[in-house]
Amino acid sequence: MHAIAERIEHDFPNAFVGATEWRGDLAVTVKRDAVHAVARLLRDDPNIDCDYMVHVSSVDWPDDEERFEVVWEVASIRKRHRIRLKTRVPESDCVVNSLTDVWHGADFMEREVYDMMGIRFRNHPDLRRILMPDDYTEGYPLRKDFPLQGKGWRDTFEFLNESK
Amino acid sequence: MKFEDQRETVYKVDPEHPETAMLPLQRTEELLLNMGPQHPSTHGVLKVILELEGERLVKSTPVMGYLHRGVEKLAEEGTYHQFIPHTDRLDYVCAMYNNFAYCRAVEKLMNITVPERAEYLRTIVAEVQRIIGHQFWLGTQALDIGAMTVFFYTFRDREILLDWFDELCGARLTTSWYRIGGVERDLTPSLLAKLKAFLDYFPPKIDEYQVFLEKNRIWLARTKGVAVISAEDALSFGLSGPTLRGSGVDYDLRKYEPYAAYGKCDFNVPVGKNGDTYDRYWIRVMELYESVKIVRQCLEQMQDGPIMADAPSVTLPPKNRVFTNLESMIQQFKLFSRGFDAPPGEIYCGTEAHKGELGFYIVSTGGGKPYRLKIRSPSFIHMGAFDHMSRGYMIADAVTIFGTYDIVMGECDR
Repeated sequence: MHAIAERIEHDFPNAFVGATEWRGDLAVTVKRDAVHAVARLLRDDPNIDCDYMVHVSSVDWPDDEERFEVVWEVASIRKRHRIRLKTRVPESDCVVNSLTDVWHGADFMEREVYDMMGIRFRNHPDLRRILMPDDYTEGYPLRKDFPLQGKGWRDTFEFLNESK
Repeated sequence: MKFEDQRETVYKVDPEHPETAMLPLQRTEELLLNMGPQHPSTHGVLKVILELEGERLVKSTPVMGYLHRGVEKLAEEGTYHQFIPHTDRLDYVCAMYNNFAYCRAVEKLMNITVPERAEYLRTIVAEVQRIIGHQFWLGTQALDIGAMTVFFYTFRDREILLDWFDELCGARLTTSWYRIGGVERDLTPSLLAKLKAFLDYFPPKIDEYQVFLEKNRIWLARTKGVAVISAEDALSFGLSGPTLRGSGVDYDLRKYEPYAAYGKCDFNVPVGKNGDTYDRYWIRVMELYESVKIVRQCLEQMQDGPIMADAPSVTLPPKNRVFTNLESMIQQFKLFSRGFDAPPGEIYCGTEAHKGELGFYIVSTGGGKPYRLKIRSPSFIHMGAFDHMSRGYMIADAVTIFGTYDIVMGECDR
């Protein structure tokens, strides 16, 4: 196993879920309560030294018990490595701690995840929709149960539904 | 509080200077100003709510999403090959680099090695695209600040390259020239000759651009010391490309994890010191020279060879075979309709586009379509630092700060 994954497992034995290394990418999954502490470790430990925020993303797995996967990818410029930190969130309690205070860049990127997937971030300073309109109430577009065609006003156009 | 009461409390009359009582009503409060969505300097449709104290920016809140088209959702419904034209429409000013970044990500997922000639061709076209991107930036950024002249000169030279793209792939902006596993077609002798002529023509023109701006005292005053960000903050915000390198961080994926033919070329990565708009300008201009250098070296080193990877289950068959050979036609049809079978797994692949790190995070569960495709677009991430970088500057500097990121809203909103 990768040295950083071992380090996380050593420091957080109860929260460590698993680590994979595929095509040279390291991904570490932890329990969601530990995300913030692990992120602090990744940033503050001089041997890991992840100072660069790459992206925040989310994946929807509707068949799983814990439906959503939140992904933060961070990198270290000096140590030249990239780590993908992942956690699972159930649909009934769609909340995870925000990492805005660890990396500033998480602010907009977590807002986008909230906007697209509906995952809420605890302690986020400004959790509003970012790409969709503020008053959009038709759900979260990147969820797998959201139709590609969209829903709502498009159904009012008869010519779009003629083929059905 | 009534009108008269307010005056009473806020401005008490000084008994020694009774004439001050005659001053008109004055109040101090923060002013909200809407900039955009239709504003010539926003390069698309972007609204920013500026909170002002006098003429100083106290807080700015970008309101984005006017160009949101749900590209990530569309990606989940199409095959990997079908998504290439969608990437053109992300950063529509520099489509080639988006194609390149996406194809690299899929190649990483499929574990395909691209033949050497294709790598050189990709590098050449990517660097030509970088020149176009920086020319576009240079012209429009100076135009926004009020220095109009340089715009005509950069766009004159950009036209030459756009025509070159037109001859290469039939489109000036939405090119779709890259393919998974290689490129669509090779350079013809005419294209090679035109490119070589441009490489001789271009360097003196870069000096010309510089003269227009660096002798312009107004432009200098409006860029030096504006939109300063420290290296530590820039990293934490996830800034990349010239915006990050302006703060003195030597982070360029072309050097950091060399891809395509960049590992075989000798070039420098210019790095700034002060982290202000002027340093970012300087980096972009220096990168124009470096791009010319890279293209020259690639043209010298390039050998003949195949331009498509040897992976028939993934790559498209050559076009002339598709029209003459039944099996190739069936293969092309199946690759587009059903797609190739990607292994389950997830990858992230970042590419140094001229704006910054353009990354694709692809989750595959097998089958011909990506299960989830996330685009890490530099423009979006740079907008996240807008509030931080604009605090304390004047309203007029807001335009400079948009300009300094080189944002294109198509990529920002996706």
